[in-house]
Amino acid sequence: MLENTAATSIGGSLTSHQRIAAGLTAALLGMFMLFGVGFAHSDVVHNTAHDTRHAFTFPCH
Amino acid sequence: MIARILFAAILAGIAAGVFTTAVQAYKVAPLILEAETYEGGAHDHAAHDDASSSDAGEAVEEAHDDAAGDGHAHSHGEGVWAPGDGLERTAFTLLTNVLTGVAFGFLLIAAVVFTGREISLKHGILWGIGGFAAFSLAPSLGLPPELPGMPAGDLVARQVWWWSTVVLTCGGLACLVLTKQVVWKVLGLVLLIAPHVIGAPHPEIVASNVPAILAAEFASATLAMAALFWVVLGGSAGWFLQRFAADEGV
Repeated sequence: MLENTAATSIGGSLTSHQRIAAGLTAALLGMFMLFGVGFAHSDVVHNTAHDTRHAFTFPCH
Repeated sequence: MIARILFAAILAGIAAGVFTTAVQAYKVAPLILEAETYEGGAHDHAAHDDASSSDAGEAVEEAHDDAAGDGHAHSHGEGVWAPGDGLERTAFTLLTNVLTGVAFGFLLIAAVVFTGREISLKHGILWGIGGFAAFSLAPSLGLPPELPGMPAGDLVARQVWWWSTVVLTCGGLACLVLTKQVVWKVLGLVLLIAPHVIGAPHPEIVASNVPAILAAEFASATLAMAALFWVVLGGSAGWFLQRFAADEGV
């Protein structure tokens, strides 16, 4: 058991298959959401996420 | 454990998104609203085409005229729904900031998991600084933070350059930080510099109704906001991951 203050390695608690599954799931979910919020060309999505897109300096308009 | 890893990304994203909305409301949103009073058809593609055959002054004048009849200055497309100014707009910005936070949280935690590096609040902040460099600093060097109404190049070309820069910067940072051999570090430097040597797409006409001081304030405000966002996102992701790993009794 590690102390809460000590750094831990996530990789150590997973098999290599689990690590790849977790990493891929997180990466795909992240990319899907980022494309939707920041880069989709739909006008409604653009208008909804307008200020977020400008504030995060995603190319907008 | 996989579910807990994903849950850590969601919690960190919510924390960073909510925190950023407060910073944004105070320092960034007022600049966007002010810029919209100068915005017209400056980002309108038809106006850009017309401008190529006339001088820049006329193009800006024409853009300004268009603005007068546009009630929803920030909306895109005729008759398309847009949140009303005030609470509704802020609420949707909060929602999309949280979604952006969770998206970046997933990507940050994917990097932590793939590399198998140790993680804690402190390590998470270092990952966050990397995220800031890759997703904010490097793209902003080529495509300056853009206010509504500011001239800009073709949208798809800018999006392609933005993503290329992000991917190359992530690769460059990974080569520099995660490897020991000189050859990889040299490759890392090449990857970091490459998108800036190639150069970002820029507009042919750079005249704008948006005052320069507003654009300068926006550039510093967005970079500061992004830096804070990434520190909170990385730090909280590290904290949650470490806590969840400890709870598992690893």
